[in-house]
Amino acid sequence: MADVIWVYAELSDDRFTPTTLEMLTKAAELGTAEAVLLGPAPDDGAQTLAKYGASKIYRSADPVYRDYLTLPAAETVAELIQKHHPAVMLFASSYTGRDIVANLSARFDCGAISDVGDFVLKEGSVEATIPALGASYQNTSTLVSQGTKLLLVRPKAFEAKTNEQPLSVEEVPPAAAEALRTVHMKERVAVKREGPQLEGAKTIISGGRGLKGEENFAMLKELADVLGGAVGATRAAVDAGWVPYSMQIGQTGKTVKPDLYIACGISGAVQHLSGMKTSKFIISINKDAEAPIFQYSDFGVVGDVFKVVPQLIEELKKRKSA
Amino acid sequence: MNIIVCGKVIPATTVIIEIDPNTKRMVRKGVTHELDPAAASAVEEGLRLTEKHGGTVTLITMGISDVTIGIRNALAMGATSAVHILDDAVAGSDTLGTAKLLAAAIKKQPFDLVICATESSDSYSGIVPGQIAHFLGVPPVTFAKEITVDDNKITIKRQSESGYDIVESTLPALVAVSSGINEPRYPQLKGIMAAKKKEIKVYTATDLGLPPDQVGEKGAREKVLAIGRPPKRQAGKVVTDEGEGGKQIADFLAEIKVI
Repeated sequence: MADVIWVYAELSDDRFTPTTLEMLTKAAELGTAEAVLLGPAPDDGAQTLAKYGASKIYRSADPVYRDYLTLPAAETVAELIQKHHPAVMLFASSYTGRDIVANLSARFDCGAISDVGDFVLKEGSVEATIPALGASYQNTSTLVSQGTKLLLVRPKAFEAKTNEQPLSVEEVPPAAAEALRTVHMKERVAVKREGPQLEGAKTIISGGRGLKGEENFAMLKELADVLGGAVGATRAAVDAGWVPYSMQIGQTGKTVKPDLYIACGISGAVQHLSGMKTSKFIISINKDAEAPIFQYSDFGVVGDVFKVVPQLIEELKKRKSA
Repeated sequence: MNIIVCGKVIPATTVIIEIDPNTKRMVRKGVTHELDPAAASAVEEGLRLTEKHGGTVTLITMGISDVTIGIRNALAMGATSAVHILDDAVAGSDTLGTAKLLAAAIKKQPFDLVICATESSDSYSGIVPGQIAHFLGVPPVTFAKEITVDDNKITIKRQSESGYDIVESTLPALVAVSSGINEPRYPQLKGIMAAKKKEIKVYTATDLGLPPDQVGEKGAREKVLAIGRPPKRQAGKVVTDEGEGGKQIADFLAEIKVI
């Protein structure tokens, strides 16, 4: 019998996160893919999961999963695991995924592997590849505990492909215990985003500490406009308050894979590299010739970002009108 | 309120990380260490809360003797005291072993709030805080970018994909703070002098009631099978800007047919 691999389905703004569908595709390739879908979801939610390879969906639409953080979801997933014993369960390396895996791994005393870039099933266990320490080393790890193996999977580790399965849904009872309602989600506040989205952008212009301030991101915006791209940033730039978190690329931000990535004033910290190093072409501009980013660049310019970028913009405009 | 901060002391950012091929672990002995910037933010948040509401901040860390420098740094910032889990038997602990040890050390004293960094800057697994919360039996309130404490209640702004969520929990609780929640203070001379007299309690795994099959390499549920360099991206051309840098990039873009 094929190994049963579960995927925790996660929604963001009423849509499944891309990682959910990527994990389902991979699970269906390796074995029998099944999904757990908790909380209110769009009407065609289960159908979408089946379309990407889920041959069964365990579902509860109870609002407790939306209104209270993680604890109700962890409780229900734990009960389901104990009942059905899937070989592996995959979670996205997201806030929700990490919280649930932390809870389950402690509860079952089974551990977990974080930041998984790829995995194979081997004799009842799992071997996962992790780009440890970001870009400089990678390791292969396994879990020696009994029972379901818990993996946190990086975004864009796999490609999502449709693989339609007949729709099969099992309704599960919602987590009801009062003790699970301690962390209350009172309000969701959306912060307005400007400019094109990073997700799916073919060209990304990104800025780091070397940009020195919020106002200088306008220069990157101009370059992005000329090339038809989106603007991103490093954690350093976000932590400094120059740009919002939605623009953060890296381990704690978004993982991107554009055709062209232009890194401006970015040294290439592990945190950042792991979110963009698989871009097709990387160009970097940095004043420090020793900056690690140059080792990952197809073309690098050691120089002043405030001279090189304006000249590039001017040159692109000139060639465009020529 | 009694606040416990769990933080890591890690090889300094200037250190080039080496892996010991035998143990498959990072080489930490003899390397310059510093308080992880993420942990410094957690300490800072604890200090700000006690400045407002009174109470103590205790740093708990685990690591080899080289990490004392980072503990002293947290004490110099203003932490009241520290706990150091120092034991060769805990080397090679995975996230779960680490969480068990930290939770056992936390339980040795009364607390209202535990503050952790969301993830350390050297291994980024991001699940230790949630594991500790489970072992302590307190709610995990994660990815906080702002904390407010009011009576027996804690409210946080929690980072979300599209903005932030306002999340509320009862105390005691565990909060994991995201980097950038604050700008950690630099220790002043007075603080550095005072830190020398502050207490650092040292515990072994046995002191914490944890047998060898629960911690360290023996207790690890996650085993590293192999470690190596990933397939390297072929490094391209690097030029020094002599007034033509922007034009050279435009030429490269033409070469790869972007323009």
